[in-house]
Amino acid sequence: MNATQAVRVAEARADFPILHQQVHGKPLVYLDNAATTQKPKPVIDAIVSYYTADNSNIHRGVHTLSERATVRYEAARERVRRFLHAASEQEIIFTRGATESINLVAAAYGRENVGAGDEVLITALEHHSNIVPWQMLCNEKGAKLRVAPINDAGEVVIGEFERLLGRRTKVVAISHVSNALGTVNPVGPMIRAAHRVGAVALVDGAQAVAHIPVDAPALDADFYAFSGHKVYGPTGIGVLYGKKRLLEAMPPYQGGGDMIRTVTFEKTTYNDLPYKFEAGTPNISGVIGLAAAIEYLENIGIENAAAHEHDLLCYATEQLRRIPGVRILGTAAEKAGVLSFLLEGVHPHDAGTILDSEGVAVRAGHHCAQPVMDRYGVSATTRASFALYNTREEVDALARAVRKAQEVFG
Amino acid sequence: MANLRDLYQELIVDHSKQPRNFRVVTDADRHAEGHNPLCGDRVTIYIKMEGERISDVAFRGSGCAISTASASLLTESLKGRTATEAENIFDNFHNLVTGAGETGPLGKLAAFSGVCDYPTRVKCATLAWHTFHAALRGAQADHVSTEKA
Repeated sequence: MNATQAVRVAEARADFPILHQQVHGKPLVYLDNAATTQKPKPVIDAIVSYYTADNSNIHRGVHTLSERATVRYEAARERVRRFLHAASEQEIIFTRGATESINLVAAAYGRENVGAGDEVLITALEHHSNIVPWQMLCNEKGAKLRVAPINDAGEVVIGEFERLLGRRTKVVAISHVSNALGTVNPVGPMIRAAHRVGAVALVDGAQAVAHIPVDAPALDADFYAFSGHKVYGPTGIGVLYGKKRLLEAMPPYQGGGDMIRTVTFEKTTYNDLPYKFEAGTPNISGVIGLAAAIEYLENIGIENAAAHEHDLLCYATEQLRRIPGVRILGTAAEKAGVLSFLLEGVHPHDAGTILDSEGVAVRAGHHCAQPVMDRYGVSATTRASFALYNTREEVDALARAVRKAQEVFG
Repeated sequence: MANLRDLYQELIVDHSKQPRNFRVVTDADRHAEGHNPLCGDRVTIYIKMEGERISDVAFRGSGCAISTASASLLTESLKGRTATEAENIFDNFHNLVTGAGETGPLGKLAAFSGVCDYPTRVKCATLAWHTFHAALRGAQADHVSTEKA
């Protein structure tokens, strides 16, 4: 990061209106970015301008507003295509979020390609959204869900992961970045290993895309899923990238308008990609907001944001380690954006309430990753997670609030 | 927000660190398990009856300070009471932590008066009570969740 870029990241904070408020009489310190990020002004403005000037249904009317809405919607798809470096915009499907993207693959690809006795391999780091759809599929098909273990640092044991791959493995579903611990998985080599046994690989990138530049074809991911709201975009919008030949062979996920070519009561022919997977009127304003978010992040530079967040993560780790009684969970060599910790004698929920009283917003709980909690023998952790607008001063506020929590229970 | 000390009163911090009647009652007449799936808090309440009277009540489990102290003070407050008296105390306690209305005399349980200012923590305070209620009504093992199916 050069000096100019450093300035740009520092200035970015001014672009997020919500950050400039007080909570319980203290300046808001928002460190719950792994749950959802705040939205910059250009994203809010894009949604307002869409509803103020262009709102209409897409791919239908011949009137002017419909054409404008369609143009903005499809321009957004092109923006997402470039973001993931996909070869074709036909490989970009809009969904409600990473969860729906994974469910789409489990249903449309999984039901066709996973049978009795087959296996789906995930890791012990997964969010519930990358466990439960596969569990449902395996239960339905009589297939087996295998889980690659993690070590004490919170890293997937790659030797075990490779040992669990076999000729029965049909799908490998792995997170790019762990939401509970922040571990960055070596998804490139993991995908290559999956391909060696003939399995397809899905990457859950929900926690990654705001922090790591993603080139889906270079990773050779068959499917890549992410949510708009964790990358400075609106809630209720997500993306599924899929290789064209796989998507073309898959049956539709839902039936309805927009996904058809012709319908009679006897037979329906389906629309081309990507529309085959976008039944019904989509979240048009969400798509437009997401495109604005990606544009915003790219203007700052994902590498610049990542360098800034890495600095904050290191600084926060150092600050919390200095406090006696703090135990950090997740000490992987490669981490992004997440600091999960335990406070001796203070339950995470009490820590969450006390931190909130100091204006510091963190997540306290199991982070929708109960198997990760079980792995460490805890029911919950306190999690601070960072975004490009956070500062070292906010990390200091976090450390002060943690000490305050200890005083309450001192 | 109210003062943090209104929530974490000394009595609550004390009971959370050193919960009373934190044990399994091996010859319990009734017991029930309570669970808050949103935060992972778990509590098992054991009751031993002598006629209409609760001769022993104890708990095991894990949770935050509010839920642990609530279970601990529940056992202190209800031991020796009749089932009807216990139900009345539960109603009063529930009104106190939800800010719903008249509470009547509560003794030590008044320490939970700050909870109603923290809506996200009401379930922490009431988990043990709902579980006690289920144990009292149910003949044997019952299961309580803060999130209804």
